[in-house]
Amino acid sequence: MTLKSLKNFPNKLFFIFILFTNSAKADWFALNMTRGVTDISNEVFELHMLIFWICVAIGVVVFSVMFYSMYAHTKKKNPVAATFHENTKIEIAWTIIPFLILIAMAIPASKTLVSIYDDEAGDVNIQVTGYQWKWQYRYLEDDISFFANPATDLDEIYNLVPKGENYLQEVDEMVLIPVGKKIRFLITANDVIHSWWMPAFAIKQDAIPGFVNTAWTIVDKPGIYRGKCTELCGKNHGFMPIVVKVVEQDEYDEWVGEKKEAAFKMAELTTKDWSVEELVSRGEDVYALNCVACHQTAGQGIPGIFPALAGSDIALNNKARHIEILMEGVQGAAMNSFDYLSEVELAAVITYTRQAWGNAESGDGEIVIPKDIVDYKKPKI
Amino acid sequence: MSAVIENHHEDHHHGPAKGLSRWLYTTNHKDIGTLYLWFSFAMFLIGGAMAMVIRAELFQPGMQIIEPEFYNQMITLHGLIMIFGGVMPAFVGLANWLVPMMIGAPDMALPRMNNLSFWILPFAFFILLSSLFMEGGAPNFGWTFYAPLSTTYAPPSVTFFIFSVHIMGASSIMGAINIVVTIMNMRAPGVGLMKMPLFVWSWLITAYLLIAVMPVLAGAVTMMLMDIHFGTSFFNAAGGGDPVLFQHIFWFFGHPEVYIMILPAFGIVSHIIETFSRKQLFGYASMVWAMLSIAILSFVVWAHHMFTVGLPLAAELFFMWATMLIAVPTGVKVFNWIATMFRGSITFETPMLFAIAFVVLFTMGGFSGLMLAITPADFQYHDTYFVVAHFHYVLVPGAIFSIMAAVYYWIPKWTGNMYDERLGKLHFWLSFIGVNVTFFPQHFIGLAGMPRRVPDYALQFADWNMVSSVGAFLFGLSQVFFLFIVIKTVMGGKKATDQVWEGARGLEWTVASPAPYHTFTTPPKID
Repeated sequence: MTLKSLKNFPNKLFFIFILFTNSAKADWFALNMTRGVTDISNEVFELHMLIFWICVAIGVVVFSVMFYSMYAHTKKKNPVAATFHENTKIEIAWTIIPFLILIAMAIPASKTLVSIYDDEAGDVNIQVTGYQWKWQYRYLEDDISFFANPATDLDEIYNLVPKGENYLQEVDEMVLIPVGKKIRFLITANDVIHSWWMPAFAIKQDAIPGFVNTAWTIVDKPGIYRGKCTELCGKNHGFMPIVVKVVEQDEYDEWVGEKKEAAFKMAELTTKDWSVEELVSRGEDVYALNCVACHQTAGQGIPGIFPALAGSDIALNNKARHIEILMEGVQGAAMNSFDYLSEVELAAVITYTRQAWGNAESGDGEIVIPKDIVDYKKPKI
Repeated sequence: MSAVIENHHEDHHHGPAKGLSRWLYTTNHKDIGTLYLWFSFAMFLIGGAMAMVIRAELFQPGMQIIEPEFYNQMITLHGLIMIFGGVMPAFVGLANWLVPMMIGAPDMALPRMNNLSFWILPFAFFILLSSLFMEGGAPNFGWTFYAPLSTTYAPPSVTFFIFSVHIMGASSIMGAINIVVTIMNMRAPGVGLMKMPLFVWSWLITAYLLIAVMPVLAGAVTMMLMDIHFGTSFFNAAGGGDPVLFQHIFWFFGHPEVYIMILPAFGIVSHIIETFSRKQLFGYASMVWAMLSIAILSFVVWAHHMFTVGLPLAAELFFMWATMLIAVPTGVKVFNWIATMFRGSITFETPMLFAIAFVVLFTMGGFSGLMLAITPADFQYHDTYFVVAHFHYVLVPGAIFSIMAAVYYWIPKWTGNMYDERLGKLHFWLSFIGVNVTFFPQHFIGLAGMPRRVPDYALQFADWNMVSSVGAFLFGLSQVFFLFIVIKTVMGGKKATDQVWEGARGLEWTVASPAPYHTFTTPPKID
């Protein structure tokens, strides 16, 4: 038990109390796979139940014979054992019958599998990229791109406040898709292997750096659907939810319009005159979303794994290298390129880390403005 | 060689050396078997303690006891220690004790290598466990150590992990070679291949599997080492490498590995069911053929662990069908065990209780395995608690119950003392209840959508996780009780007869209890 969690012990007792009084929220009846909301997910559910009942039937037959013999053929009831020890006919039978049952299972399973495999382009094509520990979505036709960050508060995770209904299943920005349209997901990753799982669509595809996997779906029922990352991807693997909102076409179109406008405004910000305070305040938010998981809240990092930023020589005195690390990443280390952030976000977060935790006082205190990033991106001669 | 032993037989009958040197320098198969068994028991308790930490953290939603980084280290070490430190050395220990006595041989064929293959193991696990105290912590990428999480993104201790896996691999390969050479060359006259006890058969096949796949594992970790320290890019996409290649190599080792952990159990359970049913094993030849076909099939099903990595349709279909095929020989084995019990004259001593629980619960693990083989359904099951429930059903009430059954069954022969039957039965029932309360609800939470390897979970999974944790604590405590029973039996107890069990067959029951330090220095006569 860490010191921090000891200090919170009274809160924990309070939490345990809440958990027990509030247990209607938890679910004793969450026992089975759900049907989901697509044709494929229904097919998969039927297949799952079919195999399940076949297994139950085999189990009942086989174990009845076994339990019967445990009951009827004890030493007390049957002092002298029979002497048979082989029977060719029955041995052939119990090799061939299971084989036939397996064929009966394999036929519907293969059919479903073939229908899942379809590489045709969709009406909407979304590139999904896994990062440690968030998902990025790019709408290929509309040039929209955003990150869906986990939105559950740390205080909920550390039991300081009661947990919300969608604990660990909420993000700051949902993926919107239109109802009834064929959506194709192109799934990849930026750092380690992740896996994009949406149970309601029966989609689970690994997100692998250097590969693009595809999956598709057509959802006929508007609603909010929740899933999770299902491949161990490091420290916060358990905190990497996926939320998809399925909406009517006009609501979708409206949303696309808003996103495009927001992107335009963001681009305008690049040319604005920025004060240190504005950059630091914006940078603090960027830091909280992108950096804090490894470099920690006070910039202290985790010794041996993630280097400290507070008091780091680069953050104190080497502005050029600081920009370069964020743009290019560090070869052979967990630090990846963050060039997918906007110029404003990059300038703000670099300025923030050069100003916070006493770095400004111990170092040169130089700030970075969006133009510096634009200059860095210009082709070098 | 045997001529030399016979010349000195009368005037040179020595017992074990005294003190620590007996265990350090021993080349005696019984001593080395004992070392292996105690070592695996120690690892079982350490790996079990880690499981307790995991289940304590998962008792409730939210982070309570440990941090996510440490949680990942726990799941990684729990898996590695249970597989390479618990189950595998326990089976090697049983093979050391039993194979020479079962085939009427005086010892293992390569006794000095036998000593070496045991004594490098403690160092491997010392290195692995010491990584807990290194800067950056122990390996935290799961026992399957998928690249690039285990290469570019790994803590510095990964290098020690690689070294320790190499040592474990060398130990396993030497142990396996020793067993193959012993079985092929040292059977007493008259013990033909198709007359060998099934435990010997199961180990002969297991040893070949080990020789075939441990070098593949060594190759995988060596490629990791190159990627980490020598600038290669086997698994690094940015350098033109392929992260999926790692998974193909790993599972080409990994799938035969799961059969390495279950085939010896098949052998053990066959002996125990036969003994306590007082009836000859049904279908001996088909048992041997079933094990051989399972072993061969194990090389062509590896990608069923990788259904979601984006394989082409043809590969998914092939690996689905091949995997389903394994159900046929496995079914044959279960039917044979039941046919052996049928119209037998059954008693329910502790080994038999464990063996019967093995048949029932292993079969349930087999059913969930069949469900996992169905590729479209696997898209929903993959990497959820349903998989955790499945492989724990085949490994805990599967492999580990068979090891416990074996200990109760043969410990009178090893120590000369009977274990306390009342305590043994109590241990069985506590373990049986504990294992089911722990792992059965994990099917539910997996199907309901809880991923594996997460330190925290959404609220709808809270109830069954709490039940599972309670079961785990019960199971954990009952194994401390098991330790007590074993020590009590070693210290004393009712004297065992040579035959020990009324229905027992086989050469090991023809020697005295406890088995003398040297047995079968002259080969037994087989009719």
